[in-house]
This record gives sequence, structure tokens and C-alpha cells, in this order.
Amino acid sequence: MIGEVGSPVAEPQEHSENQQTVRAPIATVLAERGPQVLAAWTHRGGSLASRSGTAELERDGGAVLDALAAALGTADESVDLAPVSRLLNDFSARRTRAGDSPAETAGLVLALREALLGELADIGDAETRYAVAREAGRIVDELALGSFDSFLAGREEVISQQGEQLLELSTPVVRVWDRVVAAPLVGTLDSARAQVVMESLLQAISDDGALVAILDITGVPTVDTLVAQHLLKTVAATRLMGADCIVSGIAPQTAQTMVQLGIDLSDVTTRSSLADALAMAIDRVQAHADRSARR
Amino acid sequence: MATSDSVETLPLNGSDDVVRARHRVRALATELGFDLVAQTRIVTATSELARNTHLHGGGGELTLSEVRDNRRRGLRLVFADDGPGIPDVQTALSDGWSSRGGLGLGLGGTRRLVDEFTIESVPGEGTRVEIVQWLKQR
Amino acid sequence: MTAVPVVRIRNALVAAMQEDIDDRSALDLADRLATEVAAHGAGLVLLDVSAAQVVDSFISRVIVDIAQVCRLLGAQVTVVGIRPAVAITLVELGLTLEGVRTALTIDDAMDAAEEGLGGDVRLG
Repeated sequence: MIGEVGSPVAEPQEHSENQQTVRAPIATVLAERGPQVLAAWTHRGGSLASRSGTAELERDGGAVLDALAAALGTADESVDLAPVSRLLNDFSARRTRAGDSPAETAGLVLALREALLGELADIGDAETRYAVAREAGRIVDELALGSFDSFLAGREEVISQQGEQLLELSTPVVRVWDRVVAAPLVGTLDSARAQVVMESLLQAISDDGALVAILDITGVPTVDTLVAQHLLKTVAATRLMGADCIVSGIAPQTAQTMVQLGIDLSDVTTRSSLADALAMAIDRVQAHADRSARR
Repeated sequence: MATSDSVETLPLNGSDDVVRARHRVRALATELGFDLVAQTRIVTATSELARNTHLHGGGGELTLSEVRDNRRRGLRLVFADDGPGIPDVQTALSDGWSSRGGLGLGLGGTRRLVDEFTIESVPGEGTRVEIVQWLKQR
Repeated sequence: MTAVPVVRIRNALVAAMQEDIDDRSALDLADRLATEVAAHGAGLVLLDVSAAQVVDSFISRVIVDIAQVCRLLGAQVTVVGIRPAVAITLVELGLTLEGVRTALTIDDAMDAAEEGLGGDVRLG
């Protein structure tokens, strides 16, 4: 909303009275001298932005100016710059994806200020020019902030996606034998990680038709009550899918800690090493296959 | 601060309503782009809470809305009734993970299914359960 | 209410639950299975839930009841095809279907049943 960004506290009352009078000249300039504004914008942008950015501005800048003219032409008390922001943010996002630096992208938006001021240089008297210029500045400031915001959001999304991918990559589930899948866990097992492990393991059981799943915690440094709970959940879930689950890689110290913490794994098949778990799993599957062959 | 867009209300006065609620939540969750596991979690939570509202709350309604919080989008569901209320909410919530399931109100388990869970219940006045599931950025 | 189809294959009964089973259909299924097991002396009941997208505490309770009733009547019950997402929600709800056998596929269920009975019973 106009007036909420960057306006000095001192004159709220005078501000609302003159809303229409300071907006009108800007709207007029955009309506009557749009091409000139665009040319000035592109020219100014050229020194602040990348070459490809300027070329794109020539193509898409007109739409932004049209939207701005429409927004300023409203008879309402306050101006809704949202449609203009959307266009501008789309444009900025494309520039970011094309590899423009933050400064270059921001530069393109800020260049609009000079372009507007240039076309507003000869209107009215000095006092009016000052008020209109300040309004034009406010508008560009607001658009620039919106563009900055949307730039940050874009970055955050990339970081978040990469975080997800890292999480999935670090918890692979491997098919180690016919009908045996194993999830070798490495690192601390927090809630998010445990969730990904459980989902991946269950999906692997489904895809592979696995009869045995091995959860290897050799690489998990600490097993406390919370981690144990995650393990128990995963074991229970694999059982619901008809598979046996073996938890392997419990170090002697870990076993002692778990007993001291009162963690009850009496219902779970455990082995101290992954190799032992694998041998057990293969025996189980082999016996099953033998019986099927005999029938 | 979470804000809502459009709001939809469904009655929860019979077992058919419970089924309809499941369907509607599934449809909305799919629309919003939740993955299969997240969808199943919230639809299962809906089944539990809708059934509670119908069977223990004497009937009530479900309000569905999309919510936003900064950059996140999510689904908010509110199950409300004017029933007898729950005398001891703390006990109802603290069933612990290892206890036998399928009995009672299943609130503790339902809480584990969703990202946010709030319950207000006043004996003699009614119960209101609000759950939110946020979309994971993928 | 849509009745869950129950098929008899030799000594086994196979019931395939639909995607979204309502309470009445589940209870009706429990009744019919008990009747069928008693009438035909079925040794094995397979509850195929691979189409079920949601299994909540009520359905879970019905499943456990079916298993207990059928066991009394001399039949072993196996729940077949619980989907990963369903397994996760059941576990979060604390419903581990204690005492109920599970299998990924009907084949696995029948193999397990034959093994359990020492291979004496031919199940198809």
C-alpha cells in the first residue's frame, strides 16, 4: 500500500489529501509518454544491469508500465500495486534464474526511478514537482522491496529443496540380496531423518517384495530414548508390511546405554554386526525359497 | 502469522458424513500438492477426529481452509461440536506410543499424525480440535 | 454400504477391501467371514487391504476382532498388502495389529500359512 513504505512520520494528514494530486501526473505521464519512459528505463537499466537483462526489459517493460498506469489511475483512496509487483517479480525471478546477480536484478527495478523522474521534470511548479517526485520515488521503493522479497523467497526455496535432496541422498536403502533390503544409517538420527528412513525403507520393501529389512545403526553415534522410539516405529511399520526387521550394528556401549535407559528391544531381532544380520536374512530367504521349490 | 483464504464447512452428523469428510480432505490435500504419506496422515487424522465428533460430540462440523504462514502453505481443519466435552484432556492426549490402540478417543496418536494440533474442550459446552498440516517444500 | 467381496479358494477365504471402506461395510464383513469360516471350515482367511488408502483406529479394531473370532473358529487370518503410507499412520496411531499376521502379497501369505502348518495343507 502506498504510504506504508518509506514515508516519514511527519505528514500523514497532508498525505491523504494530496494522494490523487500527486498520483495523477505520474499516471498521465505513463499514459501519454509510455514509450519514452520505457526507452529511458532501458537506457538507464543498461548501466546497472546485464545486457540480456536490458534486452528482456525492452520486451517486457511495457507490460509493467501499463500495469502501473492502470494501478495509479484508480479513483480509490489507496493504490494496489500488487498486479505490478507480480509482473515485476516474475521478471526478476527470470533474471535471477538466468544468472543475474542480486545487484543487477535490483538495478533494473531501481532504474525505473530515473526514467520516471526524467519524464516528470517539466510538470507544474517546483512544489508540485517535488511532491510528485517523492511519490514516484515511493512507488519505485515499494516495487523494489517487493522484488527483493521475492528474490529472497526464490533463494530460500532452492536451499530448502537442496536440503531435502541431501536428506534423501544420505539415507539410501539398498537391495542387498534377493528379497532383502538394508538401510545403513550414518550420522545422527533426528526426527526428520527418521521419517525419511522409514518412508524409504517401506517403499523399498514394497517395490522389492522384500521378506527381510535390515536397519543398520553402526554409523549412528548416539542411541537415546528418542532414537530408540524412531527405530521401534520403523520396525513396527515393516512388520505391518509382512517383512521381518533386523536391527544391526549395536555396539557394546550402545547396548549398555539402552539397557540403562530402560529401552525395551526385547521384541526386536538384533545383531551386533551388519554381516551377521545379512547372514541371518539370507538364511531366512533361502529357506523360504527352498520350501517353495520343493512344493 | 497464518492467514486463511477460502473456508469450507462440512457437517459431521453421521457415518456417511465421516466418509464424505475423508473424501473432501483427500481431494483438497491432493489439490494443494501434499505427497502420498502426508495425504494419508491428514486423511487418517480426519477420520479419527470426525468420528469422535460424530460419536462422542453428538455431531458437529468440520471447517476446512488453506492457510499461509510466510512462505509456507498448509491445510487447516477444525472439528467442532457442542457435545459433552472431554473432562480430562491431558489424559486423553497422553496415551503414549506403546499403548494398545483402537480404544478411547485416540487423540495422542492423532496428534502424532499432524504438524500442529490444538484442542479446547469444556465439559458441558463442547470440543474444538484444530489441526494443521504444512506442505513440505519439494 | 458396499459389501466387501469374499472369494473362496479351496480351503481359504479371500476378502479384498475397497479403497475407502465405511464402518458398516467393515462390520458386515466381520459377520460374513465368521459365518463363512464356520460353514465351510476354512483354515485360512486373507484380508487384502492393498486397495485401502486409509486404515484408521476403527477399521484396525475390526481387523483385530476378525482375527480373534476366526482363530476361535479354527482359521488363521493374514492381512495382506498394507501400503507404506498406511503402515506409517498405523504406527503413529500406536496400532500395531498385535497378534495379527501380515504379508506383502497373497502368495507370501499362502506360503507362510503352508509353512506354518508344516506343508500339510494345500492351499491352491
